[in-house]
Amino acid sequence: MKKVFAFTDGLTRLPTHYCPGCTHGVIHRMIGEIMVELGIRERTVGIAPVGCSVLAYKYFNCDMFEASHGRAPAVATGAKRTRPDLMLFTYQGDGDLASIGMAEIIHAANRGEKFTTIFVNNAIYGMTGGQMAPTTMPRQRSTTTPAGRDPAECGFPIRMAELLTTLTTPAFIARVSSHTAAQSVRAKKVIKEAFEHQMAGTCFTFVEVLSICPTNWGLSPKESNRWLEREMMPYYPLGVFKRPQESTGGDHGKH
Amino acid sequence: MAKVLMKGNEAIGEAAIRAGCVHFFGYPITPQSEVPEYLAKRLPEVGGKFVQAESEVAASNMIYGAAGVGMRVLTTSSSPGISLMAEAMSYIAACELPVVVVNIMRGGPGLGGILPAQGDYLQATKGMGHGDFDLIVLAPSSVQEAVDLTIKAFELAEKYRNPVMVIGDGMIGQMMEPVSFPDVEIGPPLKPGDWALTGCVNRKPRIITSLYLDAMDLHNHNVHLKKKFAVITEHEQRHEAYNCDGEYDVLVTAFGMMARMCKTAIDTLAAEGIQVGLFRPISLKPFPYEACKNAMLKGKRVLDVEMNMGQMIEDVKLAGLGARQIDFFGRAGGVIPSVEEVMNEIRACHAKAKEKNP
Repeated sequence: MKKVFAFTDGLTRLPTHYCPGCTHGVIHRMIGEIMVELGIRERTVGIAPVGCSVLAYKYFNCDMFEASHGRAPAVATGAKRTRPDLMLFTYQGDGDLASIGMAEIIHAANRGEKFTTIFVNNAIYGMTGGQMAPTTMPRQRSTTTPAGRDPAECGFPIRMAELLTTLTTPAFIARVSSHTAAQSVRAKKVIKEAFEHQMAGTCFTFVEVLSICPTNWGLSPKESNRWLEREMMPYYPLGVFKRPQESTGGDHGKH
Repeated sequence: MAKVLMKGNEAIGEAAIRAGCVHFFGYPITPQSEVPEYLAKRLPEVGGKFVQAESEVAASNMIYGAAGVGMRVLTTSSSPGISLMAEAMSYIAACELPVVVVNIMRGGPGLGGILPAQGDYLQATKGMGHGDFDLIVLAPSSVQEAVDLTIKAFELAEKYRNPVMVIGDGMIGQMMEPVSFPDVEIGPPLKPGDWALTGCVNRKPRIITSLYLDAMDLHNHNVHLKKKFAVITEHEQRHEAYNCDGEYDVLVTAFGMMARMCKTAIDTLAAEGIQVGLFRPISLKPFPYEACKNAMLKGKRVLDVEMNMGQMIEDVKLAGLGARQIDFFGRAGGVIPSVEEVMNEIRACHAKAKEKNP
């Protein structure tokens, strides 16, 4: 019989610790498959964040760092600048990247660091138990916004992909979603393009992946998918926001 | 090799290159900014990478990344910036990565000032970050020694896979002195061991992490780090005993530039017939307790002199365990004691030493 589906060599065989319904596993698999398809697994170094995916270093079948909270882009900068032959990716959640690590991601993007950031946005702090993230939606309840996020107190959710797109430095910046099979297929294509830009040494590459958190949203996986589509997708539109050739950054130094 | 006249900060930068370190990540802060400035110019010439980070938080995590992929790497800063590196230093020590950090100290606490001080002794030797770990800390008292110890720092960092801090006061960074360098233009690159993330070609993937969720695993890791530093403590103590061969009533203890000024005071007092010894730890960590105690016991009384409000004196007291009275003279905030002031303090200490059962 013809084998049509197999475990990817890009991931280890360890069972993950993620909650039922969580899409971290799906996103891990995309990256694992891409490493194999591009033939880069043996020269890839990944960087795990602090948060739900803190143990991602156990699941990716390549060399892995565990970074301190939010600093993965700085760690990647140090590694990629000194070993440009390696492929570097950071895997970060919304608390890690958009809150404590805001300075590191903005400046890595602005310097045009040639690595890939996978930013998983599920609008909540998962590992610490459902506190407000910078990406938590207005009125969304969390353990630190028990009455719902009040934009008058907490501001509005931060759109990281759009924020980074404002930088003049050339980059590949996109937002995809992982909540359905069809969206995951599209997401993988976009993430693969990000890795290909890195392989070519073109630019900083950033893919925001919308994800669900049934556990901390207090919804079933099915309800979570509906909530993501109804609440998150209108505010966090999907698409490729920036490709390197579209940037005008290269002309700014000319007189 | 012929001597060249160089500013301390620039000499430290050049020393790193001679030690084979061609990668630097840092952030400007007075009084160490000449290190990044010098290396921004020099590293591209030697095929290395210079990156001005967005903060010391980022710079210290960049060296974590560079060291993790097996590259020799340096960062430098000054007191407030070093505080911002505390997080990464804990991670780097936990992951046993070889990095060198230079702290050209300025007056504190807080934003403090920009003039030379020695107020980060306790931070460097006792509390550079959260959790149980130790840095190797080396304190030069001349520009030449800053060069030599910077080179030595890379050697020790790699030998023990432990972060090393070279700690100098702002004077070391700012003053110019003739220095000589090893006769090698660029030292050989680091040969990364089986810990480095070099890409998993024909081997299992490696992981650099400081996360140990199992309590016993984490305890064992702590025990391992402690045992490693016990070996460092046994083999890597460095000190200078100045004017300690003959008899003396007073032993002065001081480190860095302060020790050098104390030498001038001691030489001048010798002309007055007052013999004074000087004990100068070069490795502030591991502190040479035994050597300090021996120098202390030869005299009757100790004067500890520092450019802070009394930090190394904690270790001097530990060395003596109450065997001798220890006086303290310190100036903080960038006030540099004059040789005359030090001489007066030594005279006062000497007078007390001559009293019966003070």
